[in-house]
Amino acid sequence: MIQSFGFSSLPILLHGALWTLILSASTFVAAGIFSLIFALLRVLGPKPVRLLIAGYIELVQATPLLILLFLAYYGLSFLGYYFPPLAAAVISLTLYATAFLADIWRGCIEAIPKQQWEAADALAMSTPQKLRYVILPQAFRISLGPTVGFLVQIVKNTSVTALISFVELTRAGQLLNNMTFQPFEVFLTVAAMYFIICYPLSYYSEYLQGGKRARSST
Amino acid sequence: MHFGPVLDRAPEFVDGTINTILLSGQGIVIGLAIGLAVAIIRVEGPRWLDRIAVAYIEIIRNTPLLVQVFLFFFGLPYIGLRLSADTSAIIAISFNLGAYSAEIFRAGFLAIPKSQIEAGLALGLTRLQTIRYVVIVPALKVVFPALTGQLTLTLLGSSVVCAISANELTLAASKVESLTFRSLETFLVAGAIYVTLTFVFRFTYWLISLWLFHRKDPARFQIAGALPHGQERVEA
Amino acid sequence: MPAVQLNNIKKCYGALCVLDGINLSVEPRDVVAVIGQSGSGKSTMLRCINGLEQIQGGSIDIVGHRIEPGTHSLRSLRKEVGMVFQSYNLFPHLNVAENIMLAPRVVKNVPKQEAWETAQMVLKQVGLADKVGAYPDELSGGQQQRVAIARSLAMKPKVMLFDEVTSALDPQLTGEVLKTIAELAAAGMTMILVTHEMGFARQVANRTVFMYKGQIWEEGRSEDLFSAPKTPELRSFIAPNLK
Repeated sequence: MIQSFGFSSLPILLHGALWTLILSASTFVAAGIFSLIFALLRVLGPKPVRLLIAGYIELVQATPLLILLFLAYYGLSFLGYYFPPLAAAVISLTLYATAFLADIWRGCIEAIPKQQWEAADALAMSTPQKLRYVILPQAFRISLGPTVGFLVQIVKNTSVTALISFVELTRAGQLLNNMTFQPFEVFLTVAAMYFIICYPLSYYSEYLQGGKRARSST
Repeated sequence: MHFGPVLDRAPEFVDGTINTILLSGQGIVIGLAIGLAVAIIRVEGPRWLDRIAVAYIEIIRNTPLLVQVFLFFFGLPYIGLRLSADTSAIIAISFNLGAYSAEIFRAGFLAIPKSQIEAGLALGLTRLQTIRYVVIVPALKVVFPALTGQLTLTLLGSSVVCAISANELTLAASKVESLTFRSLETFLVAGAIYVTLTFVFRFTYWLISLWLFHRKDPARFQIAGALPHGQERVEA
Repeated sequence: MPAVQLNNIKKCYGALCVLDGINLSVEPRDVVAVIGQSGSGKSTMLRCINGLEQIQGGSIDIVGHRIEPGTHSLRSLRKEVGMVFQSYNLFPHLNVAENIMLAPRVVKNVPKQEAWETAQMVLKQVGLADKVGAYPDELSGGQQQRVAIARSLAMKPKVMLFDEVTSALDPQLTGEVLKTIAELAAAGMTMILVTHEMGFARQVANRTVFMYKGQIWEEGRSEDLFSAPKTPELRSFIAPNLK
């Protein structure tokens, strides 16, 4: 039955949007935990560990997210594990996001001048103490802007999971399109909803990075 | 794992790889042209044009590429353009890259000190000439890493156009997968190809950077008609 | 017929007027030094002459061109009026020869060969003929400034403007630049120099202008101005600067 696209279509889209948010949030939390660990390991760890993590980052950053997604969803089922779309989505999104976020956070930690480390050393602080009281608080402040900016990327990346039939916002749009055959209106609305989610985050990210927006007049 | 059946289908992969290179290559060229034009408009143009440019950039940067692809593919027929999936994909990729590269180019322009532009103007160059001869190359040098990073994202991001059945590597891999049922092997091969492509493209960008930013060796500096360094030229 | 004529120039940033009724006449072959405190408006006046700053009142007549408030077509003017900046502003991605040849080729459509010969000639004039293939960051400050002078000379200007061109240089390097400027003056170039170098102004400039609070406070033959300053402001300005 071909319905018409209108307000009655909203619940489907909103449902999809909800899952977009859930997926984004879970990815961000999971990737956050791993990224922090990896970033610290890359700065402080032994050489083989540093190289391993660097290799992982380089490899993942050279692979499309979609391929990772297909590998998780179709590929791992071969190993005898059935991964429901949600699990495959979270795993691949997290794997992908960690590779980028760990690099961003590593950069923020390395941005702290060597003198700060030396000062903490001179005060006889242990490494965990240095990190906790001196380095990470400063790195955190620097990382806020780029991290919020990357959150926008995470939200946009969730759209790819539509291609393994996970019903987030984009997939909801595809389903709605199949019901109404009004793709332009449907996807315009979908785009608008993404915009409503992402733009405030982008704006906040710019604001955190020193008001480039404020200086953007010609 | 059995790679045999998958590697038997090598021609499909080769086809897909070539298509990805062509698809993203065209998208990159057009996208960079759009980006450069928009950046120049933002820096030099009137205020109202700048606002339109900002709207374009913000819309692209805050919506997923996949949705943009759907919008172009389904939306263009409404204005009478019935284009193939491949062409729609190139257009979507170009517009996407256009927005991101516009911001990158603009950052490069803004990084050039005002005094350089003044020097160009004081010599009688027009604003456009100043951009072309004085600003562009140093600006590119400043933003080159960011730009090539974005181009890599464009190359890899092109994988999502399989959703509208545009011909590229991921679509080819899907086809192979449905024929061989060897999902893991198929997508591992596809992944490996993408990784290789990324490194090949990066190497190319490095070569380009050498050509763009190289310095002429003073000992060999000569212009057609002029004499090589070291020989006296008797001036009138 | 004056080469440069400033008629009652006014330059204001909003309500604040940095130049308040400047009148000046520069004859061909004149070398005019402009001295004064920071903030007296000397650089601003210079930058108005080639249009890098817009004037809000008055007019400028310069080698056959007229600038009025709102004049925007300054390219033809700039082909005949050269400017050398305090921070040299050489183009870092081009070597010395390319820096010098760029404007003649692109603005005046001079053929490559001719531009090359002009470049060699002006480089010889400033004493840097052997640096033709060097890049700006390979040169000292004084050498870069002389290349900047050569770059302006390559356009064969009728008037040259110098905006505190030695202020960014170490004392040792200042000498070579001043020597080059003195040679240009002796060869008959019409020049206006904003400078802190009092001794130089006195020796090389035939006229000196003292600016104070956006106005021309005293003006006349360099020798007269320096040996017998009429106003207390000029007297107190010169006193610590006498060599």
